[in-house]
Amino acid sequence: MVTASMPTVERENYLNKHYGVGSWLFTTDHKRIALLYLLSITFFFFIGGFFALLIRLELLTPAGDLVQADTYNKLFTMHGMVMVFFFLVPSIPAVLGNFLVPLMIGAKDLAFPKINLLSWYLYIIGGVMMLHCMLTGGVDTGWTFYVPFSTAFSNTKVVEAGLAIFVVGFSSILTGLNFVVTIHRMRAPGMTWSRLPLFIWAHYATSIIQLLGTPVIAITLVLVAAERALHLGIFDPKLGGDPLLFQHLFWFYSHPAVYIMILPSMGIVSEIIACFSRKRIFGYSFVAFSSIAIAVFGFLVWAHHMFVAGISVYAALVFSLLSYLVAVPSAVKVFNWTATMYKGSIHYDAPMLYAFGFLGLFTVGGLTGLFLAALGIDVHVTDTYFIVAHFHYIMVGGAVMGYLGGMHFWWPKISGRLYPEGWAKLAALIVFIGFNLTFFPQFILGYIGMPRRYYQYPPEFQVLNVLSTAGATILGVGYLLPMAYFLWSMRYGKPAPDNPWNAAGLEWKTASPPPTFNFDEEPVVTWEAYNYDELNRLPVKQETPVAR
Amino acid sequence: MPDSQLTAAHNPALLHHFAEPRQQRDAASLGMWVFLGTEIMFFGGLFCTYLVYRRAYFGDWGAASKTLDVTLGATNTAVLICSSLTVVLAVWAAQTCRRKLLIGNLLATLVLGTAFLGIKGIEYKEKFEKHHVPGASFQFNNVTIPGHPDQYANPSHAEIFFALYFVMTGLHALHMIVGIGIFIWLTVMAWKGRFTPEYNTPVEMGGLYWHFVDIIWIYLFPLLYLIDRHP
Amino acid sequence: MSAHPSSSLKLYFGIWITLLACTGLTVWAASLDLGPFNVAVALTIATFKAILVALFFMHLKGASEKLTKLVVVASLFFLLILLVLSMSDYATRTWS
Repeated sequence: MVTASMPTVERENYLNKHYGVGSWLFTTDHKRIALLYLLSITFFFFIGGFFALLIRLELLTPAGDLVQADTYNKLFTMHGMVMVFFFLVPSIPAVLGNFLVPLMIGAKDLAFPKINLLSWYLYIIGGVMMLHCMLTGGVDTGWTFYVPFSTAFSNTKVVEAGLAIFVVGFSSILTGLNFVVTIHRMRAPGMTWSRLPLFIWAHYATSIIQLLGTPVIAITLVLVAAERALHLGIFDPKLGGDPLLFQHLFWFYSHPAVYIMILPSMGIVSEIIACFSRKRIFGYSFVAFSSIAIAVFGFLVWAHHMFVAGISVYAALVFSLLSYLVAVPSAVKVFNWTATMYKGSIHYDAPMLYAFGFLGLFTVGGLTGLFLAALGIDVHVTDTYFIVAHFHYIMVGGAVMGYLGGMHFWWPKISGRLYPEGWAKLAALIVFIGFNLTFFPQFILGYIGMPRRYYQYPPEFQVLNVLSTAGATILGVGYLLPMAYFLWSMRYGKPAPDNPWNAAGLEWKTASPPPTFNFDEEPVVTWEAYNYDELNRLPVKQETPVAR
Repeated sequence: MPDSQLTAAHNPALLHHFAEPRQQRDAASLGMWVFLGTEIMFFGGLFCTYLVYRRAYFGDWGAASKTLDVTLGATNTAVLICSSLTVVLAVWAAQTCRRKLLIGNLLATLVLGTAFLGIKGIEYKEKFEKHHVPGASFQFNNVTIPGHPDQYANPSHAEIFFALYFVMTGLHALHMIVGIGIFIWLTVMAWKGRFTPEYNTPVEMGGLYWHFVDIIWIYLFPLLYLIDRHP
Repeated sequence: MSAHPSSSLKLYFGIWITLLACTGLTVWAASLDLGPFNVAVALTIATFKAILVALFFMHLKGASEKLTKLVVVASLFFLLILLVLSMSDYATRTWS
């Protein structure tokens, strides 16, 4: 069993094994690739955040006075495109997934290490294309690219943006492919499916969505590019084309995409709640199968984004019903997490604070999703700030909180250092307060009628908008703090032991940071997942792992 | 996608992160099948588009489809079927240590694949000459709908057919080109003697990809060429 | 995958001939006026050919694991979802 061990930062590990830019740019080590991704997605997170800042600044006043209307269209478009495709979709799988999947299953690397590196290069190429597009005029169609505006009327760089997303989509597909094959083929002896951490189940489900959904948006963007550049008018209403066909194809991916964004976060929350309740996850198989159910059901509901677009009312009924059903597995998870904490021994370390935040905010976001599944309500609040608030509660309150929680939880493993716990708790609090101040007013704004994607609004909406912008500023500070102290910790942080949290999981049985090939000896698993009863009975009391 | 960097020396191409060759081969196989699954969805978006418009504009699409050359289309189908045979024979040759037969079949596959592209090129040229390429110069006037000699097909709807025709067959041709590239590489490797009965995974995986591209064409042919062919 | 015995050669050539015959059959069937069944016949023949290629040329039949078949079935299932649920909109629109 694990005992307190000497910090191993000085030992040879994946960070200090080779030096030089080449050793990073040509690496096939999944852990190094995870860090390459960490740098790139953090960069794009700040780009997307920068656009958000400009949006919120414009919305401080009712008049459109900071930017012109066309510019505002570009701002919310590029905020959406960058955040969805270059941050939310890749973030957890490409950073934490890449780092942890082989470790958690006891493998030396992913199944296809070179394809993993190719994934990152595709991300970079797509990113450069998107940056170039933004710097040379941007795109104003909304991240949703609706035709015929995007194909026939927009005067902005639609083709380039579409192709950038096409490229980064293949990065996503290859990551999913790698995970599925790895989880099937590379588990250590004794690591049966029912002993897998729920993080792995979540990433497996995410990968299924990435594999089956992304190709559809890829071909759809090709069709948009073909129509715009080659005049192959497949969606052109003048020829008899149906703009709604674009929406069907677009949302067939983009709805499951939101499950790509939330499932990995749910996986993280399972790990954190188990560890900081010192208990096995309640209802392990229910949570595991819920992940798969979310992935499957998520493909059945896409037209709930099209209720007011002109689809047949009978189809709307079907999709409304299916949208209610898709909420069930998510609710199952929330109940199981809550049951896990019941009679657990709760510790309020920073990762757990993020998990608590996730639970509350994801629940709000998910419940408001149910409101939207109701046709009667949706007709009124579609294209208002109610929708904006709904999806930000899930994507920011859910996915990003989970991501931050996971970064804190596994930071000692990744870097070999402990982050400063006091600052981390403060940052978590600031993020939570800032988030709610930003987005709760938006529920009200949407309900009372403020449309989304508008840069001016009636004066009576100003107070709520000002609150929202104030919240955004606070949220921004909350995001900057972890960046600062993570960087600080790489130099000045206390060296981390193998298992600072006394957590269950194979990744904690190897050094922090791990050696290049992950384990000194191939692990043989003879215990169930989340064996906290055994860990709690450790004879040696672990020293307090956190720096104060 | 198979990840098979061939290492020299005594180790028969076993990569370090795998425990044994069988695991490596099973990983490559699952990877290729999963990739083909993604390709099903990639083409699937186009099949969805096809389905929607064919239902809506059946007559016009019948007229447009009739202007495609069935003989060339059927010939191309036969060419691809023959190439699938040569592919499966190549895999068999690799598994039974018949190097010359392996190289011969790989080359035959390349020839047949190139022939397919050549015939496609002829068809595209003909479409260009008849002004059936969508865009400013598109013309489709006074073409009667099959079975309704008193009705002319709507040129706009026909234009959508041809747009989809070019995208679907164009995407397919792109996949053929990639396949040809893969098989050139396989031929070079085979000529260098890299494939043995113990290790021939790349040939198998390349074969899977080629067969998949064949299957796509098996569907494209009737859907595009045979919508309404009765006199 | 173990090496195939030479009887598999006979199988490959047999499948090949069948595929070519089916191609001829589908061209011929298209020239008949079967009304709405033209589509059904064409797609049935195409599907039969595709199954032959998948089972015998791609060795799906002898696949060592159910997983391979599951991957194929799952992909086709989701393609079906795309087609069927999209058609649930188009087929029930009461306007043109």
